[in-house]
Amino acid sequence: MAARLKASGDLRLVRLTRHFDDFVAVAGIDLEVPSGSFFALLGPSGCGKTTTLRMVAGLEEPTSGQIFLGTEDITATRAYQRKVNTVFQSYALFPHLSVLDNVGFGLRQLKVADWKAKSMEALELVKLADRARQRPRQLSGGMQQRVALARAIVNRPDVLLLDEPLGALDLKLRREMQIELKRIQSEVGITFIHVTHDQEEAMTMADTVAVMNAGHLEQVGAPADLYDHPATTFVANFLGQSNLLPLELTGADGAVATGTSHGVSLTVDATQLPTDRSAGIQLGIRPEKLRLLADADGRAANRLQGTVTDASFTGVATTYLVAMPWGQELTVTQPNDGSDRARPGDPVTLGWDPHQAFVVPEAG
Amino acid sequence: MAALTQATVGAAPVGPPRRRGGLVPLILLAPALVWLVVFFILPTISLASQSLQTGDIDNGYTLTWNFATYVDALSRYWPQFLRSIIYAASATLGTLLLGYPLAWFIAHRSGRHKTTLLVLVVAPFFTNFLIRTLAWQIILTDGGPVAGFFRATGLTTVLQAVGLTDNDSLLYSQFAVICGLVYNFLPFMVLPLYTSLERLDTRLLDAAGDLYANGWNTFWKVIWPLSLPGVVSGTLLTFIPAAGDYINSKLLGNTQTVMIGQIIDSQFLRVLDYPIAAALSFILMAAIITLVAVYVRAAGTEELV
Repeated sequence: MAARLKASGDLRLVRLTRHFDDFVAVAGIDLEVPSGSFFALLGPSGCGKTTTLRMVAGLEEPTSGQIFLGTEDITATRAYQRKVNTVFQSYALFPHLSVLDNVGFGLRQLKVADWKAKSMEALELVKLADRARQRPRQLSGGMQQRVALARAIVNRPDVLLLDEPLGALDLKLRREMQIELKRIQSEVGITFIHVTHDQEEAMTMADTVAVMNAGHLEQVGAPADLYDHPATTFVANFLGQSNLLPLELTGADGAVATGTSHGVSLTVDATQLPTDRSAGIQLGIRPEKLRLLADADGRAANRLQGTVTDASFTGVATTYLVAMPWGQELTVTQPNDGSDRARPGDPVTLGWDPHQAFVVPEAG
Repeated sequence: MAALTQATVGAAPVGPPRRRGGLVPLILLAPALVWLVVFFILPTISLASQSLQTGDIDNGYTLTWNFATYVDALSRYWPQFLRSIIYAASATLGTLLLGYPLAWFIAHRSGRHKTTLLVLVVAPFFTNFLIRTLAWQIILTDGGPVAGFFRATGLTTVLQAVGLTDNDSLLYSQFAVICGLVYNFLPFMVLPLYTSLERLDTRLLDAAGDLYANGWNTFWKVIWPLSLPGVVSGTLLTFIPAAGDYINSKLLGNTQTVMIGQIIDSQFLRVLDYPIAAALSFILMAAIITLVAVYVRAAGTEELV
């Protein structure tokens, strides 16, 4: 075991690629995960996020590219030689061993003398010390999940990988475990890389979210940044809902640019304009940033006229579908703040603040 | 829900519900019970009685509770008993060493050829046991390629040094007998091992690797313990019949490799000394039951998944 007790540094992926025969699972991604952060790798199933994770764990060999932990190139090392541990999606607890022996497995491999005490400590951290003597199958799904977590954390790895660890839990338990995971991460200070397809989970838990799609990294950033300023249409649609309108720029005047969409002239925040505009651009507005305006209200810079086709009241808000003259339906979430409600069939005016919208390049 | 309650209430006046199927389990068990009584329990009692009788084939036997037959049987034939146990144990070890990698390969590495390979494992059963064993006479024959290979590589010298063969030839030796046993009982080892290993979740191997276990430790800490049920049933299915086998040593061995099955066979069918043959059968049965009981207890299978 290395004598360095301090986390030996950031995890760095350099042009990491993995092919399965003709299929490109991971297409050369570059990624830097700072030491001690809670990092989420988010994407739809089949986007290559689990393959990436398995390559970091050493369970999958990259076709090309490199993996660095601190300054050390660990690409060629085997799984058991890496100071990286994984919480598997299926938990993969050893059914023939007690909970304590499961947790102590790694420490015993590392020939740590006080593995028992350390394992009990880890079990206390996940509040399962009283179950140490039991077999995994005697525990509920949530408890097994926590054993899997304790089994990984007890080794104090440089990086802890979590492969959809909450996927098999019901909603309530999942919420509890999300909070629990955050607490444990801040307590132990290990780098967590959490793979998930659940955007809400990624945003609530992680400091930094990397969105993956079809083997590529789409965007990396803080959850709020990704949500408010998505860089691509994929991110705009995958993280929450977006209303996307094609936009043709007609002019720019300092911080404000103007353009038209379906013949309606609109203003946008010029600082948001993407540099690559070759394939055209799209204006995106989140449903909760759109407002139903009274006709006389002249404050909003941007206005669209439409007809309500559907209204669903959820208590805290009402979600409207508003049909535009060109056929597109926009989603509007109006908070239950005392403003007038519209009914299906009503003609309405939608408005938004240009600074609350974003602009993304047209999807290729 | 209301309808269901009503239906139950409506049915109630017919009378208290009868205890269901008092006879059904008995009827289901009956064929097997009758079979066991007629073809196992009764013959065993008859054999037990036979072993305690005195007399001869011409004047008939009478039950005299003559336990001396057992003492006689053991003192005369203990070397063959011991040899049978040793051969059976060696053959079991041999089938385990050959069968384990084979079963692992079929279970986890064979892909779409899995069924084909399993059929190949049992394929020898399509040929008669005797013919298969006789084929080993040809395989190990002096002028054959196997013997040639063993001579060329000096393995014959090694076999002689450890006492498995007496001279340059492979046939009619302890080596040949054990080879025959291994070959004949291999499927009985491979099939239960396959079942055990096939059920093993390979994600556990990822987990072991992730938790700093190299290949060797992963095998001994995860794969082996989880495959123990297969190992135990495979070794039992191999050891028990191999200990009583009398064909392999007869066809592939010499006078120094006689196993207890051969003695029982000749006492029953040629010497016609029924009491001693029956006593030998009982001793063999007792020895196997004792060994198996100790073994199963030591393996601690009840602790396993």
